[in-house]
Amino acid sequence: MKKKIVIVDDEPNIVMTLEYTFKKNNFEVYIARDGSEALDILKSIIPDVIMLDVMMPKVDGYQTLKAIKENKALANTKVVFITAKNKASDIEKGLKLGADKYLTKPFSIKQIVSEINELIA
Amino acid sequence: MSNYVLFFIIIIYLSLLFGIAFFAEKKSKSRWVNSPIIYALALAVYCTAWTYYGSIGIAATSGIDFLPIYLGPVIAAPLWILLLRKVIRISKQHKISSIADFISLRYGNHRFLGALVTVICLLGIIPYIALQLQAVSETFQILADDTSYVSKSIYDDSTLYIALILAVFATFFGTQSSDASVKHKGILVSVAFESVIKLIFFLCIGVYVTYVLFDGTEDIYTKMSQFSNFERLTTINGFESGFNWMYTILLSFMAIFLLPRQFQVSVVENVREKHLKTAIWLFPLYLLLFNIFVIFIAWGGNLAIGNPEQAEYYALLLPLQNNNTLLASLVFLGGFSAVISMVVVSTLALSTMLSNNLIIPYGFLDRFLKNHPDRNAKYIKNIRRISIFSIIILAYAFYVNFSYELSLYSIGLMAFVIIAQLAPSFFIGLFWNRGSSRATIIGIIAGFAVVFYTLILPFSIQALTGSDDFVEYGFYGISPLKPHALLGIDFLSPPAHAFFWSMLVNCLFYGLFSLLYKGNYRERNYAEMFIDSKNYNDLQDGALVWKGEAYVAEIKNVLNKFLGEERTNRALNLFFKKYNISPETQMADSRLINFSEKLLTGSIGSASAKILISSVVKEEEVSLVEVLKILEESKETIARNKLLREKSEELTKLTDKLSEANEELIQKDLQKDEFLDTVAHELKTPITGIRASTELLIEDAEMPKEIQAQFLSNMLQDSDRLSRLIQNILDFEKLSNGRSSLNFKKNNIRETIQKAIGGLRQIASKKNIKIISSNTSDVFAVYDEDKIWQVLTNLISNAIKYCKDGNGIIIVDYKYEKGFLEVTINDNGTGIPEADMPFIFDKFFQSKNQNIIKPQGSGLGLAISKQIISKHKGSIWAKNNKKNGVTFGFYLPFK
Repeated sequence: MKKKIVIVDDEPNIVMTLEYTFKKNNFEVYIARDGSEALDILKSIIPDVIMLDVMMPKVDGYQTLKAIKENKALANTKVVFITAKNKASDIEKGLKLGADKYLTKPFSIKQIVSEINELIA
Repeated sequence: MSNYVLFFIIIIYLSLLFGIAFFAEKKSKSRWVNSPIIYALALAVYCTAWTYYGSIGIAATSGIDFLPIYLGPVIAAPLWILLLRKVIRISKQHKISSIADFISLRYGNHRFLGALVTVICLLGIIPYIALQLQAVSETFQILADDTSYVSKSIYDDSTLYIALILAVFATFFGTQSSDASVKHKGILVSVAFESVIKLIFFLCIGVYVTYVLFDGTEDIYTKMSQFSNFERLTTINGFESGFNWMYTILLSFMAIFLLPRQFQVSVVENVREKHLKTAIWLFPLYLLLFNIFVIFIAWGGNLAIGNPEQAEYYALLLPLQNNNTLLASLVFLGGFSAVISMVVVSTLALSTMLSNNLIIPYGFLDRFLKNHPDRNAKYIKNIRRISIFSIIILAYAFYVNFSYELSLYSIGLMAFVIIAQLAPSFFIGLFWNRGSSRATIIGIIAGFAVVFYTLILPFSIQALTGSDDFVEYGFYGISPLKPHALLGIDFLSPPAHAFFWSMLVNCLFYGLFSLLYKGNYRERNYAEMFIDSKNYNDLQDGALVWKGEAYVAEIKNVLNKFLGEERTNRALNLFFKKYNISPETQMADSRLINFSEKLLTGSIGSASAKILISSVVKEEEVSLVEVLKILEESKETIARNKLLREKSEELTKLTDKLSEANEELIQKDLQKDEFLDTVAHELKTPITGIRASTELLIEDAEMPKEIQAQFLSNMLQDSDRLSRLIQNILDFEKLSNGRSSLNFKKNNIRETIQKAIGGLRQIASKKNIKIISSNTSDVFAVYDEDKIWQVLTNLISNAIKYCKDGNGIIIVDYKYEKGFLEVTINDNGTGIPEADMPFIFDKFFQSKNQNIIKPQGSGLGLAISKQIISKHKGSIWAKNNKKNGVTFGFYLPFK
């Protein structure tokens, strides 16, 4: 069965590259442009991975993560932050909130793929 | 009206006063009892029967000569704030309870001086009280129709009983505490009430005479002007009479401070200094009201009754003549009120002086030291009670023996002249530190001797022998010694004449002997404390210089005798706590001595307090130089402390400012950090897109053509965004650091707007959005065209961004209004959520309610626009339209 990934980011150009990459790597890809859209999608599917930007309009990444953690159905879903915020304090905050990985922008496509695969292996 | 009915009315009225006083004592803490109005009204104790009846007598016979007695206090009123405030402050600090205490303390707790002042006051005031009793008696007789009845012995003289009731009243409310500096609120409130009563009833009779009996003021005036002496009654008669006026005004000016009853009310009974501010206008107003009708009642009486012998009682006779008994009774009660307040307050004040400055210091101190404290308090109260009765009985005796010779006006003025002998020591002593006790005593005695020769002696001889020889020919027929014309000065009225000479002699001796003989160190010590009262208030108990040996236990012993053990311990504990002294201390210092003297002063007077305390301590002589040095030093210490305190306050303020500045810097730093973070984030976003696309294009050889094209076009878009962002950040930084200078020129806003629209037309038409700018008027204003162009471009392209494709309409307009050029950009797009409104001009704020596709803004456009507009000293604003869309606008000042 195909692995499912939800990409949550408000930058269409970035989303486009990730979408292309994961589709090519045999993922079922879902796109959300902010946290609230993501939570809508998560009502109907249980993905293997969620890639989450932090700074987004309406519901930001932190809030989205909290909502995900409260949802028991998503207990096995891995959450990866992918954001331009790269200060040590930001990373610590993200991991403390319960993210499984914290990746920073700009990223290398190759590295992203291998990190995600490793995470869900 | 029968005697009995009248007496009954009097008893009812007195019961009412008892009730009022009793009520006030009970509610002594209430705001009503402690109001400045009560204080100001109580000051009107100044208006006695003399004012009530006597003024009319003078007005009837001598015209407006009654006025100067009231002009003095009115002129003095503004000075109260200055003088009286100082006196009140000193008196409160030293627990002073009478004018005798005040003067004796100023000259170093001088026992003899206190006694002398007391005697002077008694001599001046007892005849004055007698006069009040006489007024009651005479008005009583006029009102009682029972003229056949004349009292044959004092036992059936109603005046005696009235006097005794007044004594009971004064005793009951005046001696509740053995400490005489405690306020007598019952008496004060009843006096204020009486002030109201006497004024209202006097105004009633004034209105009655002027408007009921006559046809208004003009009627009386016209009728009066037909009399031959009219001219004399309405003018100050020439130069000589002018002198009389001046001296009388001066005399009453002094009396308002020095009369024992005035001192009692204005100083001892003062609750708060600031009450003076009310008294300063209310009391003169009261006097003014009181004097409005005097002249008309007097003239009305002259016209209707025409008997100058009875002029003093016109106010009673006029309504009686017209069978208006009710009004006559009211007038009687008004006059009676004037008498009661004067008699009660005067006897209270005099009894305090008599006990604290004469009887106790000269006879009872030894006994007090042996007695039990409870008995001492009782003793003190009893001495005062006996004093009150003695004074009233003495006054009654005086009235019985001299009654036929008394005229309200002359005895009143005589009292004033006698009391005025205290003026040099009181007034000069407040401001001149050299004034000494010896000089004061000599001055007062000499001044009184002059008054005795020029006023009292002739009066007494005349009264006793009925002969005018002494006045006519002088002592042994020596004409320069004529009592009413010393050294040939014959143009003054007897009181003015006596006042002039006695004041001259008194002041001369006071000044001369003060210069010749220095006072001792203690006098000088108090002089400094009185003169510089403000400074010594700060010094408190430390202001008394004292050297010697004293044991706390012995001083405590003395205090116990008067205050009782409990109060003594409480007071001493407070003292020790205040100065941080161990309660086990054995030796007393100057502060404790001063403090103890003050504690005793209220009960037994300052002179006795000093004598008692010095009886248990071994005092060493201190030289005058030393006193002054120590005082100077402690003053300096206080000043230095004050300076230090100010400095430290200043430092605290500076520290506060520093930490504030620091806080601001930190805040700025944080903002800067945040700004940099955001900038980094904003820059990274397009770079991320470019990097990921590039990587895919390089690595993925199988990528379909159309996706390749998409990625390439994305990269182009991101590069554009990047360079725009960098430009904006630079612009913004320059603007907010003030590094970018504006190129002000006179421009036509229509042209600028056209240029901005021209640059955006293409993008707009791509989205099928119309930009309308139909205003064709030329408005010239001074601004930087490039910058305003930038603002316009920002605002219009924002509007384009938020407009829907197809039916978007953007309207740009401008107008000139009230010195401002206003430009507006109106769209019919999605609008801005109200919650976001306050933040839209913040940098990097992007409204959350954005279109599905994220608008590709830098987040700096509006922030830059705001900067530019404020650089032009204008303002920028935005508001949602009623229907849909938003209107942005900015004002530029029209230079």
